[in-house]
Amino acid sequence: MLNLITDPNLQWILLGSMLLGISTGVVGTFAYLRKQSLIGDTLAHAALPGICIAFMLTEVKSVGLFMIGAIVAGMIATVGISWITRYSRIKQDAAMGIVLSVFFGLGIVLLTQIQHSSYGNQSGLDKFLFGQAASMTAKDVYTMTSVAVVLIVVCALLFKEFKLISFDPGYARGLGFSVAMLEQLLLWLVTIAVVVGIQAVGVVLVAALLITPAVSARYWTDRLGVMTVLSGLFGSLSGAIGTWVSAGTAQLPTGPLSVLTATAVFVASVLFGPQRGVIARLVRRRTAKRDWAAENAKQSGAGVGASAKERGVSA
Amino acid sequence: MSGFWIMLTGALVASCCGILGCFLILRRMALVGDAISHSVLPGIVIAFLVSGSRDSFFMLFGAAILGFLTVFLIQLFQQSGVQNDASIGVVFTSLFAAGVLLVSLNAQHVDLDLDCVLYGEIAYVQWNSLVLGGVDLGPKAVWLLGITLFIIVALMTLFYKQFKLCAFDPALAAAIGIPVALFHYVLMGLVSMATVSSFESVGAILVVGLLIVPPATAYLLTDRLGAMIGLSLVIGVISSVGGYYAAAALDASIAGCMVCVAGVMFVLAFLFSPSHGFVVRKLRQRVSAAREAY
Repeated sequence: MLNLITDPNLQWILLGSMLLGISTGVVGTFAYLRKQSLIGDTLAHAALPGICIAFMLTEVKSVGLFMIGAIVAGMIATVGISWITRYSRIKQDAAMGIVLSVFFGLGIVLLTQIQHSSYGNQSGLDKFLFGQAASMTAKDVYTMTSVAVVLIVVCALLFKEFKLISFDPGYARGLGFSVAMLEQLLLWLVTIAVVVGIQAVGVVLVAALLITPAVSARYWTDRLGVMTVLSGLFGSLSGAIGTWVSAGTAQLPTGPLSVLTATAVFVASVLFGPQRGVIARLVRRRTAKRDWAAENAKQSGAGVGASAKERGVSA
Repeated sequence: MSGFWIMLTGALVASCCGILGCFLILRRMALVGDAISHSVLPGIVIAFLVSGSRDSFFMLFGAAILGFLTVFLIQLFQQSGVQNDASIGVVFTSLFAAGVLLVSLNAQHVDLDLDCVLYGEIAYVQWNSLVLGGVDLGPKAVWLLGITLFIIVALMTLFYKQFKLCAFDPALAAAIGIPVALFHYVLMGLVSMATVSSFESVGAILVVGLLIVPPATAYLLTDRLGAMIGLSLVIGVISSVGGYYAAAALDASIAGCMVCVAGVMFVLAFLFSPSHGFVVRKLRQRVSAAREAY
């Protein structure tokens, strides 16, 4: 197992997965607080038409171009979600569902167009969508590093603003912040994190990296700063353990293992979280019950004594 | 003839999804269909490993069990304090991850094309027909979806009032003695049934799209639940028929075109709905502003 850590190829993958985990964990915290956990799933699906159009326009299979297409499509999708929720009475979850299915449907139509026309084979397109962490190279890790740095710096600089719009957007508007713009910016950061993640772990599993670390972190603290750090930590831990286990066994893919590690952290948090955890709550309920029973016994005991005394006096 | 069967299948999926989707939208659980269509993967793989055959009955059985398990787990985490959307997200992604892992663990034995199992193709519906005693009774998918639709319609007509009250005011429903949790599980069970029985034959994206887009469009057009269900059915059926012809004209994916037609109708309703449309609202604002200035 030790030689795994010294294997240079593995070091790149390990670093890449950890950086990805940090970035998705940090932006995921805000998405979770704004009840937009499923935005990752939506954006990952909405990337498909962008990738197809990028391919149709250039006829080149390059990951960089696909990423640009995916990011543009994701940004349009976030604008669509914001418009639907702002200008109609449709709620966020339904708006995300509409954007997800319509964009993905459009993507499938474009994909069949590519298949049926003279663009040649499109096998590279779905490889991009399903992700291959094990084929990560130094170049991908450079991209991930820069993305992670940008995301973390922006989140740190705008921490106060993001905190405000996560908890009380009405108050933020009252203070004169441009809430719509900040919300849009946050969604774009999520888009970038998701698109980088798709490449490594695939469409469905990138959603997990956005949600699961953030939910787990919520169980350990009531402070946003601590929660953000914890979430990034859980994310990178899941990435690291996933990579390590997958390198140790021959045929297991990294993405699903990272997600299952994150899920294990989540289950542990739900059970053992100090305040909100299931066990903590059970203990609290039991102590409250015992205290109440003791109090009751004392009172009723006192009550019986008092009444007996009274009776004695009257007799 | 093939066109007829494809449109009929599409219309049946649209009807199942249209009815259930209205309740999902009102309860803010629109993405449950998406979650179920992903999380059934381990069920399909296990069914395949146990039975060793690609018979669709076993696959369906495994998928149905996982569908119910998904719904149950989502509810369990919600009750232990996890936010609604996060609970859906955690459950379906981890089940899907488990499924992918199972596939790659058994890659030598499993000759299972994921695309093929997970994302059925509606164009092939008519080739997979039900033959009983030598008589061709039409596509299997039509029968399966017909039975599902029958069960949905029967339960909805019997318990319409209860479902309606649970969707709008669960607290009141609980106060007057309706078993809210039971109706929630019945609704989610129906969603899981509709998803599982349609995705194998028509593809997950069509189910997810038809579960959300037509009901959301109807939601913009009316304020009455009965009318919303009716409109959502009509919109769903129009999308499947229109999508079929659009796909024939463009030579593109039928399921994708059906969802796109539904999307176009949603955009039209979003802009021009007489009661909740964007244009109408802006006009009304302008008129009242003008009146004020006057």
